[in-house]
Amino acid sequence: MTELVEVKNLRVIARSDSGRETPIVHDIRFTVPRGKVVALIGESGSGKTTIALSLMGYARSGCRITSGSVRIGEREILSLSEAEKAKIRGRNVSYIAQSAAAAFNPARTIMSQVVESAMIHKLMPKAEAEAKAVELFRALALPDPEGVGSRYPHQVSGGQLQRLAAAMALISEPELVIFDEPTTALDVTTQIEVLRSFKSVIRERNTTGVYVSHDLAVVAQIADHIIVLRNGSIQESAPTEQILANAHSPYTRSLLAAANPAVHAQAAPPAEKAEDVPLLEVEGLVAGYGKPGPDGLPNVTVLNDVGLSLQPGTNLGVIGESGCGKSTLARVIAGLLPAAGGRVKFRGETLAGSVADRSKDQLRNIQIVFQMADTALNPTRSVAQILGRPLTFYHDVKGAERTRRVRQLLDLVHLPANMAERLPGELSGGQKQRVNLARALAAEPALILCDEVTSALDTVVAAAILDLLAELRRELKLSYLFISHDLSTVRAICDDVMVLYAGRKVEAGSGASMRAAPLHPYSDLLVSSIPELRTGWLDGLDKKAAEADGGIAAVLARADRCPFVSRCPVRKPGVCDVLEPPVRHLSKGSDILCHLEERELLALGVGA
Amino acid sequence: MTKHTDTIPETRRRMLGAGSLTISMVGAICFCIILFWVVIALVGPWLAPYPIGKIVSMDVFTSPSRDYLLGTDYLGRDMLSRIILGARYTVGVSIAAAFIACTIGVALGMISAVLGGWFDTIVSRGIDALIAIPHLMFGLVIIAAIGSSLPVLVGTLAFLYFPGSFRIARALAVNINELDFVQVAKARGEGFFYTVREEILPNMIGPVLADFGLRFVFIVLLLSGLSFLGLGVQPPNADWGALVRENVSGLAYGAPAVIMPSLAIASLTISVNLAIDNLPRRLRDRLP
Repeated sequence: MTELVEVKNLRVIARSDSGRETPIVHDIRFTVPRGKVVALIGESGSGKTTIALSLMGYARSGCRITSGSVRIGEREILSLSEAEKAKIRGRNVSYIAQSAAAAFNPARTIMSQVVESAMIHKLMPKAEAEAKAVELFRALALPDPEGVGSRYPHQVSGGQLQRLAAAMALISEPELVIFDEPTTALDVTTQIEVLRSFKSVIRERNTTGVYVSHDLAVVAQIADHIIVLRNGSIQESAPTEQILANAHSPYTRSLLAAANPAVHAQAAPPAEKAEDVPLLEVEGLVAGYGKPGPDGLPNVTVLNDVGLSLQPGTNLGVIGESGCGKSTLARVIAGLLPAAGGRVKFRGETLAGSVADRSKDQLRNIQIVFQMADTALNPTRSVAQILGRPLTFYHDVKGAERTRRVRQLLDLVHLPANMAERLPGELSGGQKQRVNLARALAAEPALILCDEVTSALDTVVAAAILDLLAELRRELKLSYLFISHDLSTVRAICDDVMVLYAGRKVEAGSGASMRAAPLHPYSDLLVSSIPELRTGWLDGLDKKAAEADGGIAAVLARADRCPFVSRCPVRKPGVCDVLEPPVRHLSKGSDILCHLEERELLALGVGA
Repeated sequence: MTKHTDTIPETRRRMLGAGSLTISMVGAICFCIILFWVVIALVGPWLAPYPIGKIVSMDVFTSPSRDYLLGTDYLGRDMLSRIILGARYTVGVSIAAAFIACTIGVALGMISAVLGGWFDTIVSRGIDALIAIPHLMFGLVIIAAIGSSLPVLVGTLAFLYFPGSFRIARALAVNINELDFVQVAKARGEGFFYTVREEILPNMIGPVLADFGLRFVFIVLLLSGLSFLGLGVQPPNADWGALVRENVSGLAYGAPAVIMPSLAIASLTISVNLAIDNLPRRLRDRLP
């Protein structure tokens, strides 16, 4: 028997508050051969996690597996008793969750948790299990494999924790490993290292796996076979190469298309660049949290000497990994966080640090749209009230006129007029984000600060939001400050790009210049970390990007050296770690913060 | 056009939700009991068969009879009348005190959470200090010093219970205040009171209502305790706690005079407690 797992006619139903039962997955049938990895892919709500959990005989609360069969090896999982299922979980089938941070107990050392499943199932003595764990840490390319076990979960980075979660799953040498979106919550630069170590472990141990993800490009690197799900049923099931090259189902094709967002930036009318006064200008911005110290810097400095300039009608993309200060930049510009130093100018006028000291017109012209559409809309107010408030507040529009304008706004973001009476809880993620945008548009702003507006959305929905942003910009002559950790999204919509690292601006230039060599070593790392939609991309990657993922905290607020030095593959010892890097202007038109000269970077092939 | 008209009923149905707002059986019974006591408190004087202080019988601690449905007390007064008229004090004083305590606590809690800084520090520490003092003892001291009257009772009870309400409201508001939609309102330039009233308060109303119910129960029990010690409602009027105290000597005979007011207290407090537990999920779980 070559198939380890065989799922037949699986059906899981969910029971709502009112007692109504709806099937959330149905007619699922697939097999996983020994030593192969099968990917379940689909948008949120497609049932991929539900199917993955049913492989352990588990259904989330409110759900029930009603029929079908799940066979793993010789066992029929669904007919086992709870006690028998508990014996299998963690021993024969193990699970790696999306959020490793939530999967670890913060009060116990990493080692005690990694060996826990081996202890519970009495597979081996403790000393043997610990030796095995260290071996796994080494195989997963974790720094300091002997010492990492004695640390606590908060003492390692997110990417390392995810790899430790993998070690926890692999310690009992399970027959089947379920990977449930293990890299979704990670930055691209971290994701690549986690993926690489997962892949080498899978290959080395000939692991059989089920990999759940919404990201086709990630899955293409790891899986042998892809199953595309939508609304709880299988749309298409084929080997990875075939899905990528020759997808049959129209839904798979739309997923493939959404993975490469169309480029809108070129549509910008260059004529308006002639204006002298930039729409937004930021000079030498210093910002952070906590009380200012004796040197005038805040306790935790998040942004250090950041400057930017945005012409009317153009877009600026700000990218960097989590913790680099990009959201703080948006908060400072919006007046939610007063800066500790530097200036923010809007149409030549210096803006006051806090909202309270800005004029209504200044506030109206700069609107902010947040990442999490769920928390950005007041759950107790209807869409009409949410959209109507800025109309009344800024434009003093009331009554029937207000209703008309709300409808107009809904139309602008392609939502039907009857959405006006709904509460945010009754909308989907993409619809919420559209309402979120419409609220910003209600103010009739000149500039919208988009803080990761597409990051929490599924690829197809995110692509639609990007299209909408591009359309609105054309129609309403808007400018965006577009914040993202995803370079491909930024490139799709922005004329200019700025790269932040540890609160410093390390590269700034036009969108086109981000494609030309040389790049700042960090930009290069970012560019090369974006998974490409083809098999073998991960294996073909130059190992230069594989430098240890250093802790970002250690390099913050050190003025006497390059912020990127600990992770830089081309650093010059004795220069980069003792001197602050200068700003260099490159011939391709961008500025970088680096000790290396253009010809040195070119010779080293950074960004080539 | 048709599309528009037929979606409104659909939306309304979902908002009022056939399933989401259903009340469980236990919840419904408890609501009825609470409603019963509230009605009794309101129309008591017209319902009571005898005046409150009138000695109607020569027999004390009698069993229920046709004339005196719940028997008589230690002086031979009609127990039914005394319980009906006592409901006014117990329910009225407790609702008033709970309402004042929650209003002050929630308002102060939201202001502290949103303003933050030194205001929050001073108010929070001051209220922590109040929480540290035992309720019953503090209540005894105040009432013994000022003397017992209805306004003093209500004021004292409200003062004793607003710190707890403040703590809960502040904790809820601090969380909501950090959510993006509040940040959006602030970035829009909304004033302090708009933000508190429209963005924060509606999102904590479920837990605040639950807290109101619990606080009401505590206040009923404390008021009964104070009356039992003789510091509550003064004779010849009596709330339920005072009725228990007056007739405590009848316990040996199993007289309804002591059992009935105890049952009244128990039925009211347990009902309020269970009613909160059985609030419609949609309302109760509306947490940030």
